[in-house]
Amino acid sequence: MAGTLYEKLWDAHVVAQAGDKALLYIDRHLLHEVSTPQSFEAMREDGLHVPRPGTQLAVADHSVPTHDRDGLIADPQAAAQIALLERNCADFGIEYLALAGEDQGIVHVIGPEQGFTLPGITLVCGDSHTSTHGAFGALAFGVGASECGTVMATQTLWQARAKTLRVTFTGQLQPGVSAKDMALTFIGLVGASGATGYAVEYAGEAVEALSMEGRMTLCNMTIEAGARTGLVAPDAKTFAYLQGRPRAPKGAAWEQAIAAWRELPSDLDARFDREIAIDAGEIAPQVTFGTSPDQVVPIGDLLPGGEKLAKPMRYMDVHAGDRIFGLAIDHAFIGSCTNGRIEDLRSAADVIRGGHVAQGVRALVVPGSMRVKAQAEAEGLDTLFAQAGFEWREPGCSLCVAMNDDRLPPGARCASTSNRNFEGRQGVGARTHLMSPAMVAAAAIAGRIVDVREVLA
Amino acid sequence: MKAMNQVSGQAISLPDADIDTDIIYPARFLLITEKKGLGRYAFADRRDDPGFPIRAQEDRPILVAGPNFGCGSSREQAPWAISDIGITVIIAESFGDIFANNCFRNGMLPIRLPPNEVEAVRVSAEAGETLTVDLISRTITGAGAQIAFTVPDDQRETLLNGWNDTTRILALHGEDVAAFEAAQQQAAPWLWTTRN
Repeated sequence: MAGTLYEKLWDAHVVAQAGDKALLYIDRHLLHEVSTPQSFEAMREDGLHVPRPGTQLAVADHSVPTHDRDGLIADPQAAAQIALLERNCADFGIEYLALAGEDQGIVHVIGPEQGFTLPGITLVCGDSHTSTHGAFGALAFGVGASECGTVMATQTLWQARAKTLRVTFTGQLQPGVSAKDMALTFIGLVGASGATGYAVEYAGEAVEALSMEGRMTLCNMTIEAGARTGLVAPDAKTFAYLQGRPRAPKGAAWEQAIAAWRELPSDLDARFDREIAIDAGEIAPQVTFGTSPDQVVPIGDLLPGGEKLAKPMRYMDVHAGDRIFGLAIDHAFIGSCTNGRIEDLRSAADVIRGGHVAQGVRALVVPGSMRVKAQAEAEGLDTLFAQAGFEWREPGCSLCVAMNDDRLPPGARCASTSNRNFEGRQGVGARTHLMSPAMVAAAAIAGRIVDVREVLA
Repeated sequence: MKAMNQVSGQAISLPDADIDTDIIYPARFLLITEKKGLGRYAFADRRDDPGFPIRAQEDRPILVAGPNFGCGSSREQAPWAISDIGITVIIAESFGDIFANNCFRNGMLPIRLPPNEVEAVRVSAEAGETLTVDLISRTITGAGAQIAFTVPDDQRETLLNGWNDTTRILALHGEDVAAFEAAQQQAAPWLWTTRN
């Protein structure tokens, strides 16, 4: 019977079935410092061990500082949390990528760049943006801390099979428009809970044309529409990205693996429970104006109104009928698991063109990993950003989650490449406008939200 | 995990849509590595608002929430904090998927109802009625009426028995896992290198 990519991944991992739930085998687990202390504690209480520690990989990202990392971590709580992850990993035999090492980074950036993320696998992490890894044709989804413990101890999880939703992006993106704009368009269309209960597969010409970085951005944001899983069929680009990565299969095993991975894409006559088509050529740069990622408009539009938007728009201090274009900002953030990869930094740098961050704007560039940082530095992007007035930082989640000292003051207005514009997400009372890296760079330089297509024209 | 079969008491009404887990448990408190005693941080940035209905432990074990409650981050601190202020049942039109799963893992019951039924329960809640949520009969009973709800069988049984998912899988499915692993080593040997 014809199957979708999701169904093939699912069927290949069923260990046992009970009613409408399946006990799914979990091939890989990524750990970070925030969602695992209590998982390890529960395992100790139950006297459990990790039977396959090699399928687990840990890194600190959420609470790490992004500056002055040579000495001790200034925040004692963060220092203790990171030390606890390292100690727990040592106790349970799990590999930990050290903060000072060359492989540290945001968990959803390092998984793929290590070749730990592979097509055809199941992968979980105690983080909702685990959907990112679906860009490789992996069944990847976020779980809670209790489930992290279950995965470590049993290598399995009871799961309900999701319905399938295919989002087909036809045509080609205009210059200056990116995967972030595709993601925000989709979320705006279906709403913040519009895809809850679905596994989303992104397909079509515009998705095939995306780089792996772009596909990761698209899959990363899937959870903002409520779906835990976003997928893109693996293809030659996927294989080229992974070949030679430290943890990817090598030699004969590699050949055997890609032969199996070629079977993964949805069959031509596979049926999806729901289908949506979006014309990529019609997508303009997107900017959020509210406190939920589905409160988003194309850059040229007037802001909508209505009772439901009154509260978020009051928080954001924006008004129905106003333009988002031209709105002054005082902060800019380029980074996160959504847009902290090398291509994101390149697209932001490309907008600078001799310009300088506007007076009164503080702009941060936080690479997604040490490898991204090294690559960017090899290309001279760090100098380009620094000369233009951007701060060049060390890798971490930074202003996407504001757990470290990268935090905005009340009332601050930030153009941000991150994934959530929730109330207080970047600091109590701070206001976040989500957009693409190129749009954020353009806003940082203009001091207000502009249309990057005009900057690039 | 503590078993649950019936919860009775007054309910809190919080009708706002899209109450995300950042609102429930702001990120700066995620530096805490404990899971007990987190109730003091629940809704920390909303409590100064005099109109906000949740203050602290109030002996009101039921929350009637708005649509998409618990969306966003997977942080299990959100249900831990809510549980710590004494709420064990949350009724809403829809939930963030991961949040709902996390509730079940912590002896809490998220109940999904159609919008009109959520509104009916909300009216009872706002009138200060005592509601009884019965997991055995799968009903919510107020002063006026009774509403039936559905809940996945496995999660209902887990709650009723207070089972621990992890030790239960180990006890019941060890052989299934071993058989799966043997088959996968043949079918996908690249996932079974010496490193893994």
